[in-house]
Amino acid sequence: MKRDTRKESPVLGRLLRYMRPHLLFLVLALLAAAASVGLTLYGPVLIGRAIDMIVGPGQVKFTGVLYILLWLAGVYLLAAVFQWAMTLCTNRVAFFTVRDLRRTLFDKLQKVPLRFIDQSAHGDLITRMVSDIDLISDGLLQGFAQLFTGVITIVGTLLFMLSINVKIALVVVLITPLSLFVASFIARHSHDQFRRQSAARGDMGALVEEMVAGQKVVRAFRYESRAQDTFDGINQQLYQCGVRAQFYSSMTNPCTRFVNGLVYAGVGIIGAVAAIAGHLTVGQISAFLTYANQYTKPFNEISGVVTELQSAFASARRVFAVLDEPDEPTEAPAVLPRSDGSVGLEQVSFRYSPQKPLIEDFSLAVQPGQRIAIVGPTGCGKTTIINLLMRFYDVNSGRICISGTDIQDVTRQSVRQQYGMVLQDSWLFSGTVRQNIAYARPDATDEEIVAAAKFAHAHSFIKRLPQGYDTVIGEDGGSISQGQRQLLCIARILLVSPPMLILDEATSNIDTRTEQRIQRALAKLMEGRTSFVVAHRLSTIKEADNILVMRDGHIVEQGRHQQLLDAGGFYAKLYASQFEVQETAAQ
Amino acid sequence: MKKLLRYLKPFKKQVILGPLFKLTEAIFELLVPTLMAHIIDRGVGRSDLPYVWKMGALIVGLGVVGLGCALTCQYFAARASQGVGTLLRQDMFKKIGQLSHRELDQFGTATLITRVTSDVNQLQVAVAMLIRLVVRAPFLVIGATVMAMTIDLKMSLIFLAAIPLIGLTLYVVMKKTVPFYRTIQKKLDRIGTVSRENLEGVRVIRAFSRQEQEKARFDDASGNLAGTSVRVGRVSALLNPLTSIIMNFGIIAILYFGGYQVNSGALSQGQIIALVNYMTQILLALVVVANLVVIFTKASASATRVSEVLETVPSITQQPGAAVPAPTAGCPKVQLRDVDFRYFTSENALTDISFAVQPGQTVGIIGGTGAGKSTLVNLLPRFYDAVAGTVEIDGQDVRQWPLDALRAQFGLVPQQARLFTGTIRENLLWQVPDATDEQLWRALDIAQASEFVQKLPQGLDAPVQQGGKNLSGGQRQRLTIARALVGMPPILILDDSASALDFATDAALRAALARIEGSTVFIVSQRVSAIKNADLVLVLDDGQLVGSGTHHQLMDSCQVYREICLSQLSEEEAAQ
Repeated sequence: MKRDTRKESPVLGRLLRYMRPHLLFLVLALLAAAASVGLTLYGPVLIGRAIDMIVGPGQVKFTGVLYILLWLAGVYLLAAVFQWAMTLCTNRVAFFTVRDLRRTLFDKLQKVPLRFIDQSAHGDLITRMVSDIDLISDGLLQGFAQLFTGVITIVGTLLFMLSINVKIALVVVLITPLSLFVASFIARHSHDQFRRQSAARGDMGALVEEMVAGQKVVRAFRYESRAQDTFDGINQQLYQCGVRAQFYSSMTNPCTRFVNGLVYAGVGIIGAVAAIAGHLTVGQISAFLTYANQYTKPFNEISGVVTELQSAFASARRVFAVLDEPDEPTEAPAVLPRSDGSVGLEQVSFRYSPQKPLIEDFSLAVQPGQRIAIVGPTGCGKTTIINLLMRFYDVNSGRICISGTDIQDVTRQSVRQQYGMVLQDSWLFSGTVRQNIAYARPDATDEEIVAAAKFAHAHSFIKRLPQGYDTVIGEDGGSISQGQRQLLCIARILLVSPPMLILDEATSNIDTRTEQRIQRALAKLMEGRTSFVVAHRLSTIKEADNILVMRDGHIVEQGRHQQLLDAGGFYAKLYASQFEVQETAAQ
Repeated sequence: MKKLLRYLKPFKKQVILGPLFKLTEAIFELLVPTLMAHIIDRGVGRSDLPYVWKMGALIVGLGVVGLGCALTCQYFAARASQGVGTLLRQDMFKKIGQLSHRELDQFGTATLITRVTSDVNQLQVAVAMLIRLVVRAPFLVIGATVMAMTIDLKMSLIFLAAIPLIGLTLYVVMKKTVPFYRTIQKKLDRIGTVSRENLEGVRVIRAFSRQEQEKARFDDASGNLAGTSVRVGRVSALLNPLTSIIMNFGIIAILYFGGYQVNSGALSQGQIIALVNYMTQILLALVVVANLVVIFTKASASATRVSEVLETVPSITQQPGAAVPAPTAGCPKVQLRDVDFRYFTSENALTDISFAVQPGQTVGIIGGTGAGKSTLVNLLPRFYDAVAGTVEIDGQDVRQWPLDALRAQFGLVPQQARLFTGTIRENLLWQVPDATDEQLWRALDIAQASEFVQKLPQGLDAPVQQGGKNLSGGQRQRLTIARALVGMPPILILDDSASALDFATDAALRAALARIEGSTVFIVSQRVSAIKNADLVLVLDDGQLVGSGTHHQLMDSCQVYREICLSQLSEEEAAQ
């Protein structure tokens, strides 16, 4: 237990730091909680006193009773108001704290090196952003409130009970922890079952996801009955674990209720015995009975809160793990002026992981206006070059210069502004067509936007969209085709008109007519601009001023088309395989 | 939705006995305040110590028996609810296995997965609550009222006034807040959307240095969520204080009017305490009812979604009397006659398609996106039924074939390279479960995959993670090709399945496929080079067959084909 708290205290401390701006409400919440609990606990005392004034026929002191009842009404009204105030304050603290936490996390994602984003599963990061932070809000902040009121209730009840009668109070104090003991005993035993259940549930989820998503393949290979057998197996397993886990965990409630019953009976008996001996009034027994119920309730709740807190801490740790990622290294403040389009790579070495050398001692000089083709089999690491040029990643040694300036000596932003980038999986955000084109220059006029769209051959299809330039594109650009998305990206770049380009040629998912449009738009875009093209079509490659041939992440050859063919290396093999095969097939 | 009730049938015993046990416990629980009143009135009032002990022991005894009853009920609830869940999952999975592509498209994968997993879970919880609490909570409310009536009829009027008030409060607060939970969920989804977009588009965002604007967008979304949550919280925070005020004022009323009753001798002191206790019990039970309402609202939505799946009738089923046709010489392997097809719209996806393919021929299908290429090949194994016209395999309408035998004719390589958790071997054995290693390696050879599989330390037994995550796109695609090739099916369909391959591998694959003998091969592609050498090229444009013939014939006769060729190949390549 102790080791746990030591481990969790920094997490708790950090969470408290996020709560600090809402400290006022936190304090108010605690005060309101204390007031509400105190007043609620005062109620049974007043009720007890009232009962003592209602002893029997002809022995009722009406004025006294009335006086107490008025008091009681005031006390309960106030308690309710404070309870409401407490919930309002904790809500504020909870919701605004998680809002700030989310914003901090999002900020962080803007600052981490691309390496981190590339290496993380995006689904996992989004889970942290959405569900983990939600768990923190539910578990920690609301659990915290419950824990706090629980503790105050226990302490308060104890004090009130002690003030009425020490002996009976001791009985309650001694029996009650039994329920805690029982609860933790059950929790320990059901924990194991829960683990097994969640493992089985995980298996089941994975299988369902796989088989349902792959249903068409299942159908094509007549795999249905085999899949059903596997499914039935896991389903049975889940049943076995499920029954046990559910039963064990549902034992807690009746068991603790039983213990509470014992306390209740104990107080009743001992109270009655004491009353017969004259140590206690009937009203006091009534107060005790109420307290006995109230005293045990928070114990039961606290055991529930503890598990909630644990999962909140686990989630918080996952969120903080991201926040602890180092930022992109700070950069020189100098700004790179608009370049003439010359790029130099001097003895550049780069590797993603220290053990795997990728690019070693690579040099390349690009004159303004030249076209560089990057070719190689899929997965050969063509994006690595883009990553280095755009300074998404920094080189390990050597340097990359634009117009003679080392790009490490200037701001990343000014380096990235030199390039226009059209990738194959063109990224659009959910917003209107107009907003997407003007993404880099929100101040662009409508004329400029339309001009850019016309230049990119996008105007004609945009006009046909239901709301023209104001058509909202869904997440991932759902409503328009991939080729059309690329045209929008080209228009977006035209609006900024950068001196250099990075292009990723389409392979095969675009229909021919749109592809022709893209080709024409790209050709116009490349005029007079230095361009780096991840190339798939022969014509582009043949016309390139320099071809970088990549294989398994390394640049294995560079030169012009004819030079490389004459050299008879990997490029020549790649090239030959295409024609060789075409010839044999034609025979 | 009523049909789901029959899933409770196998658990009739648990569903009926469970609540009865729970009721027994609840009755005991209700007796306790009355017994306590006796202790106070007779025990304390007449200083009867043995009576106190006797009644005390009775309370403890009732507690023990009550515990036994409650545990029995919990066990029954666990058995029944998990059992219902298990049966539901099993039937749903079986049903999904029977659905045709049309129904699968209509539902969508994502929702089917949630329906089998979380919706069934939701129902499971509902069944457990049904057994555990549905009878208990209202019973406690009614029981406590009845007990109050037995003590004093006039005093019970206070109960009859308080309960509807508390119920009304519950109703109003929930009616105001429950719809907002959906709004909150939507705003939370928005946070997920903005985050996802930001991660996917990280290169573009940083290239244009738009981090600040993205932050503003996110701040907006997160602020919006916080604001709504606080607003909804303001109403839902009223629930507890309001109900406890009503209850506590009920107690005050009991004390006030009780004073007169006691004064006139109609009630005793202990009975007043009992009444106060009953009031407390009612409040606790009503809070449970509020939770139950939430659980059952959710469950009824889930139940609708589950029964939707279970009640769907698959559109493609085997017809009675279906049989494999006897082989006839000279009969085309595949023949389509005047086929029309449409999905869910009134617009045709395919119109008036006719062609015949001889055994052993290679057929190339080309056309732009949305031209109907994949749709066309999906009609052959009867994944969809044509709306008009007939599809014939070996001279027999596919609707006359037994489904299994028909699909055994095909080796299909789908557009999406989808592998399944297990080993490479297990994935390859999908078509022919008892294929030999030799057959597997031969398939891998043709698919250009044997080289990389050999390089893996465990070879054929190398693990494949879910969706084939541990393999590259190209490797996955080659494995899906190999999977279709195992057992050399009579008809092979490659549905644009070389998109992740570089041109060298693609070319080698095509050369290897050309060497296969006996199989009829369909190649769907957007690349002219992939289908140029086919025996028959089908050109689709907007669902119409605008050309069929060899490459050279089509270059002369088909305008669409010539356009496609010239956009992809140089003049001389096209003429070759």
